[in-house]
Amino acid sequence: MNTVGKSLPKIDAIAIATGKPVYTDDLVMNNALVVKILRSPHAFAEIKTIDTIEAQELKGVECILTYLDVPKVRFTVAGQSYPEPSPYDRLILDKMVRYVGDAVAIVAAVDEQTAVKAMSLINIQYEVFEPVLNFETAQGHRSIVHPEDDIYSHFDFGMNKEMNIVTSHKVEVGDVEQELQNCHVVVEETYYTQAQAQAMMETYRAFNYLDHTGRLVIVSSTQIPFHVRRILSRALQIPISKIRVIKPRIGGGFGGKQTLVVEMYTAIVTLKTGKPAKIVYDRKETFSCTTSRHAMRLKVRLGADKEGFIRAVDIEGLSDTGAYGEHGPTTFAVVGDKTLPLYNKTKAVRFMGKVVYTNKMPGGALRGYGATQGTFALESAVNKLAEKLNIDPAEIRLKNLIQEGETYSINVNTILRSSSLYRCIEKGRKLISWDEKYPSRELANHKVRGVGMAVTMQGSGIANIDNASAEIRLQDDGYFSLLLGSTDMGTGSDTILAQMAAEVLDISVENIIVNAADTDVSPYDPGSYASSTTYVTGMAVVRAAEELKGKILRQGAKILEVSPEEVEFNGKEIRMIDGNKSISLKRLAELSFIGVGNLPLVGNGTFGSPISPPPFIAGFAEVEVDRETGKIDLIDYIAVVDCGTIINPNLAKIQVEGGIVQGIGMAMYEDVIYDDKGHMQTNSFMQYKIPSRKDIGRLQVAFEPSFEPTGPFGAKSIGEVVINTPAPAIAHAVYNAVGVRVTKLPITSEKVLMEMLNLKEKSMQLLNRKEWRGKECNK
Amino acid sequence: MEIGVIINNEEVTLQVSADEFLADTLRTYGMLGIRKGCDTTSCGLCTVWLDGKPTLSCSILSARVQGRKITTIEGVEKEAAEFAHILAAEGADQCGFCSPGFIMTVLAMKSELKNPTEEEIVHYLTGNLCRCTGYAGQLRAVKKYLGGSLL
Repeated sequence: MNTVGKSLPKIDAIAIATGKPVYTDDLVMNNALVVKILRSPHAFAEIKTIDTIEAQELKGVECILTYLDVPKVRFTVAGQSYPEPSPYDRLILDKMVRYVGDAVAIVAAVDEQTAVKAMSLINIQYEVFEPVLNFETAQGHRSIVHPEDDIYSHFDFGMNKEMNIVTSHKVEVGDVEQELQNCHVVVEETYYTQAQAQAMMETYRAFNYLDHTGRLVIVSSTQIPFHVRRILSRALQIPISKIRVIKPRIGGGFGGKQTLVVEMYTAIVTLKTGKPAKIVYDRKETFSCTTSRHAMRLKVRLGADKEGFIRAVDIEGLSDTGAYGEHGPTTFAVVGDKTLPLYNKTKAVRFMGKVVYTNKMPGGALRGYGATQGTFALESAVNKLAEKLNIDPAEIRLKNLIQEGETYSINVNTILRSSSLYRCIEKGRKLISWDEKYPSRELANHKVRGVGMAVTMQGSGIANIDNASAEIRLQDDGYFSLLLGSTDMGTGSDTILAQMAAEVLDISVENIIVNAADTDVSPYDPGSYASSTTYVTGMAVVRAAEELKGKILRQGAKILEVSPEEVEFNGKEIRMIDGNKSISLKRLAELSFIGVGNLPLVGNGTFGSPISPPPFIAGFAEVEVDRETGKIDLIDYIAVVDCGTIINPNLAKIQVEGGIVQGIGMAMYEDVIYDDKGHMQTNSFMQYKIPSRKDIGRLQVAFEPSFEPTGPFGAKSIGEVVINTPAPAIAHAVYNAVGVRVTKLPITSEKVLMEMLNLKEKSMQLLNRKEWRGKECNK
Repeated sequence: MEIGVIINNEEVTLQVSADEFLADTLRTYGMLGIRKGCDTTSCGLCTVWLDGKPTLSCSILSARVQGRKITTIEGVEKEAAEFAHILAAEGADQCGFCSPGFIMTVLAMKSELKNPTEEEIVHYLTGNLCRCTGYAGQLRAVKKYLGGSLL
């Protein structure tokens, strides 16, 4: 292959790296109104009176909107294909406010200072209710987060809003209770994963204006332009045809921008005033008024037979979706979907549990999307099981994991077509010198090093739902335009998709212009989320390029007056295979643009898949723990990856390194903390600590490619799977170092130290008791 | 109020309010390579040079830079592009939102530190956060850029 498999730089690299104005806030027109959101200071309250008169009268204030001014139609802000599997439980502004930071009023003014001043002049009286702040007691709490009767769901996912339950979920194959009874060894543990923040560097932002035909044009830093268009159509009660969404360069998304966060506020201001409007969230709003990863409690029971085969897997979960249910049911389902298939020597598996409303910031999409939470729980339990069975943790996995060609435990009709996970484990084990280092080594100065491991899978797109299209046009100078609706948020997807097109057409990437994304222009694509772009959009691009190549051959043959079978296309010219006659691509292109009956050549491709092929990773961690202080240093992290064929090795490697570090953040540093009134305490980078370059140890990434027959050139996804292994692998390494099993993320030095002291005290007590008993006997 | 400053070797007079920060002043003036990411001086995205020293423009009042020399990424276009090509060759530009501030720090480091060790490099750059790359690719690029014994 000429282009696929090459580490080409991103096509937008130099512009974005050197600060060219290509992001949303760089493109705003000068006269746009500045929109600010007045927010609730209460976790749960009802607005009794809201007086905006004084604020309205302030010079420079253009528009103040309250719940009285917005359509009374509920919708979801989850960026999912329609009909969305998330409850329609939101209004643009609601009389009820359900978390500290929930929107109360939209203020638009000529500048930020005026808008901020105006906010301080709005008088509100609330009736304050007792908030639901603990998700473990949310079910059946006397406060009902969503008492309104106009909540709507397209699907019956077991909502019982009077009980604060969004979803009741259960998947079971076989009889788990029975199988657990038959097992030789059973381990059980309850794990907690925290509400991680996406913390992309570019905060949420959008601006919009009315175009020359009165249509609403939205420029937004979003992963989901087509979903934004559709969601806004409902939220604003205007036709989809009246909305255009343009996505410029995005400063990171990580799933956060798979939710409509800000566009509804600017859009309604522009509709009301006719004027351009912009909003830029500050970091505090980004931390505390958007979405985060769903915090979960996951109880795992694993059973194995004497030979060490895992025969039963049972996961019971509880997920905190916060004040609104966007992505609630689906992130929860993914916990089971992306963990249970791993171990398929089972006789019974089950995943069940509930998603509950609380009066906290909503959960949403974040890289990993439930699989991250599930992987921490399941892989931690597998490590515990290995210890109980006295089997090496790598060996228990090699014995039990699904292999290429085998069927899934939860769906025996689906065959795993590509996996090199066994090779990943073997390679990772060598790279970290597992056999020498497992489980731990004592160093001088109270320090001890331990190693740990975990494996994981994700998907590639959403099976039977995602459906993406691509279009390639041959332009009149022999160049190609590739039109995409997928949303490169910095990953380099525009580049790797151009590489795929270039490979099919036998041209270089420089001959392709990529246009993405603009809902007026781009072919439909759900957007870049659910690890879909390489696999789903990638196949659409391959199909579009193949169709165009066929047209080029036929058109060339027609001009050369030979049959299409007699010609070939080498990227520059269409020539007869015997070398007799040829026509340059440029000439062919020129001819297609003039004359009667000629058509510019265009290739279209669409792809949706009945399966979601999983990429895999084996992750290995080595930590150093100080026995005196509990201080944990991550020394080495090794990730061996199966993402199928690698389209662009450097970009794939950075995806892995970036995801591992985000996973290290979740494992060791990042936590969302609320006070007892529901105020988020961790709403800046001062309190919410994402890893800096000093916090990550040495990373080593290796690939063990498999070949996915349904993917473009054999490729699978890479974007999400990368975040899943650090938490369980680091927890395992810490346990192997000092015997402390941290089951509640993050794994901080404080927790480790406290638990070490606990263990010490317990063993002292035990010792004292024995001594005392000894003395008693001697009497 | 009115301040006189030198932006990228050009003397300019700017109207600023008393509570205005330099990052906002510079963006208003058209230096759109300056990004803000945190509001708490934690992220390094807004890094410019003040009299040649990397400085967080989000936390210095515009009124206090009267008469001083400010360099933004727009003022070191050639040097920035040289490093950007190396960064891009590693695939470590990613979303790019933190890159201008990061590059300003890298360029300053190159002129400030002679033959730095890996540890010194990491220490110098540690105030520049990045959520995409995991830092390792950035470090590879910096080492290639500095060349010498680091390679």
